[in-house]
Amino acid sequence: MGSKPRIATVSLAGCFGCHMSVLDIDERILTLAELVEFDRSPINDYKEFQDRCAVGIVEGGCCNEENVEVLEQFRKHCDVLISLGDCAINGGIPAMRNNIPLRECLEEAYLKSPGVYNPLNVIPNDKEIPLLLNRVYPCHEVVKIDLFIPGCPPPADAIWAHLVSLLSGKPVEPDYKNLKYD
Amino acid sequence: MKQGTAQVTAEICKKFGNDRTRLMDIAIAVQDRFGCVSHEAMEEIARQVRSHRVEVESLVSFYAFLSVKPQGKVVIRLCSDIVDWMKGYKDVAEAMARELGITMGETTPDGAITLTHTPCIGMSDQAPAALVNSVVVTHLTPERGRQLVRDLRRHLDPQQLVTMVGDGNNEHPLVRAMVRNNIRMRGPVHFADFEPGSALRKAVEMTPADVIRTIKDSRLRGRGGAGFPAGLKWEMAANAPGEKRYVLCNADEGEPGTFKDRVLLTECADQLMEGMTIAGYAVGSDTGIIYLRGEYRYLLPYLQSVVEGRRRQGYLGRDILGRKGLHFDIRIQLGAGAYICGEETALISSCEGLRGDPKNRPPFPPQEGYLGCPTIVNNVETLCCVSRILLEGSDWFASMGSSRTTGTKVLSISGDCRKPGVYEVPFGITARELIEMTEAENAGTMLIGGPCRQMIGPDRLEGRICYDDLATGGAIIIFNRARNRLEIAEHYLDFFIEESCGYCTPCRVGLTLLKNQVHKVIDGAGEPADLVEMRDLSNFIINTSRCGLGQAAPNPVLGALEIGDLSSGFVAERKPGLLPGFDLSKAVIDAELRVGRQSKYV
Repeated sequence: MGSKPRIATVSLAGCFGCHMSVLDIDERILTLAELVEFDRSPINDYKEFQDRCAVGIVEGGCCNEENVEVLEQFRKHCDVLISLGDCAINGGIPAMRNNIPLRECLEEAYLKSPGVYNPLNVIPNDKEIPLLLNRVYPCHEVVKIDLFIPGCPPPADAIWAHLVSLLSGKPVEPDYKNLKYD
Repeated sequence: MKQGTAQVTAEICKKFGNDRTRLMDIAIAVQDRFGCVSHEAMEEIARQVRSHRVEVESLVSFYAFLSVKPQGKVVIRLCSDIVDWMKGYKDVAEAMARELGITMGETTPDGAITLTHTPCIGMSDQAPAALVNSVVVTHLTPERGRQLVRDLRRHLDPQQLVTMVGDGNNEHPLVRAMVRNNIRMRGPVHFADFEPGSALRKAVEMTPADVIRTIKDSRLRGRGGAGFPAGLKWEMAANAPGEKRYVLCNADEGEPGTFKDRVLLTECADQLMEGMTIAGYAVGSDTGIIYLRGEYRYLLPYLQSVVEGRRRQGYLGRDILGRKGLHFDIRIQLGAGAYICGEETALISSCEGLRGDPKNRPPFPPQEGYLGCPTIVNNVETLCCVSRILLEGSDWFASMGSSRTTGTKVLSISGDCRKPGVYEVPFGITARELIEMTEAENAGTMLIGGPCRQMIGPDRLEGRICYDDLATGGAIIIFNRARNRLEIAEHYLDFFIEESCGYCTPCRVGLTLLKNQVHKVIDGAGEPADLVEMRDLSNFIINTSRCGLGQAAPNPVLGALEIGDLSSGFVAERKPGLLPGFDLSKAVIDAELRVGRQSKYV
């Protein structure tokens, strides 16, 4: 392991749009690669933490038990944990199910919805499939979150600015033009 | 039938001159006639007053006492204020619902009786209480509730429920209410004898400017709660450019726990109307409007008779007291169950036949108010003070109370005390003295000025009732030490969530978020960070809401946070790393039950 600060990222109940926005920092990703080492992340496909990380970036909220477990791992291994984007912060689109009982959601998705082909009339129930939570939780209701970067997705410039501040030990100051959505 | 609805509706509109600004009266009259304001009726109203159906609908949907769907011939509205809960609301509600065979909010299948609940109806000193159409019933018990339902089923006539009438003018043939005044302390301003016309005679001997001078010298401040100097308000209106000016009386005391204006309207109607007439003379207005909350409709016939009596005596109408060109008349505008209409700009909107939406300020009402004209809006009690000040002089008035808050204050005190009721006390009295007067034992928390003001704990009992310390519009609610402050706060949050108009997001969304957080701690699932977040969220709502409702709604939460140690609502950490408030075993239980296996992470 090198001496560079390490970064881990994950997408929980998200759409990977926030990760796309991370990639959208364009050629600055080369600078980033020089500055940091990527730990557990879809970028390198590591499934487990390799070492303690300076920064953990979480996209998406928690919709199932595995999300909770992963988020817990991130909290354990990362000094600074960031909720990236609206799903991590508010639950986002997945949280639209929150006012509907779980059972009705599953029946609608697998049995009743128009166009569903399900001749055996079963709701998937393999033990490899993580159990769904009763509702979708924003990350800060499950573990302590240190930073929130809003947006759907947050602009690449906002992500870049926050990472640079964090890695250079400067105070993180939100930049108005990167965080306004009107 | 359709034709019938349109015809009758058209006649009602005509009765109000097809006047767009009288939409409240029209909608209330249609509601009375048909038990609802149907889509056909709204179409017809819009056609008659040259408006649009959507405008009529926006008004109808705003007020709790108006409905698009038909309601029962008799509507029972149980008061669900916190004091009623403390006195047994839940049992009464269950007993009545069971007797009717319906649940809260439903109408019996024969369309006869609707059972629903409503925020404070101004009867906290005789709770649990209910409105049956506009008839007030008080001191309910489960047994009396059941009997009430049985009686109603027989005759469907709410007035027949009144078997015993209250004291004072509650006995008046035009009132006949079982409401009691419960005046526990009579002060010199409101409950001394008042001879109609006497103050007005004194006023018209002075110039209008001198009348304003007198009010300014008395240092009378608005009794509604905000405490704005009345004389200054009048002067602004008198000096504002405009052809017509208006004097509005705010008789929409909707703040939970307030009922002192109800007693003043019952016992001091002449003194009030005389105050309005004096105000009209001072600012150059010939029209006054009393905005009477819908809950006090049972007082309407009586108040109208007082208006007519004063017209006959020459105290209202044209050429008042025989003075050529001195005109002033009063109309009574009925409200329809909307808390926010107690806010003066919302009240003006409602008088104009609009939804009770607050208006942006500036311009302030004394500059541009009702129909764009200079308008003064004063509380019932303020206007009653005016009459007395004219009679007794500004020095006499200013000699009472504390230095910056002169005169007396009529308080409505309720909750955990032996002697709830109305007290006229000099300003400057301490909270401890109130507790002693009302014989409240083991008092732990007091709400001074209702939920929109402040909650104080036992350490602040030396605080004084005045605008510089414990400001109040008149509501004092006492809670004993066994009551959970957060539960009190949650109850009022429910009230504010219900009354929020939804116009601005901080109030509409923020209050529900705040309630969820409060509930989490009450549930024992809280953690220290919740208290910090509750405070931050409260301040955010206060700072960013558009009107006084959102700006005040988090106050009970802040009060509860301020007063006491809330750590009993915290849970211990369940699993290192996870927040203590998050319980994975609870979160997966639905799924576990569905698939029949346990989570491997719990």
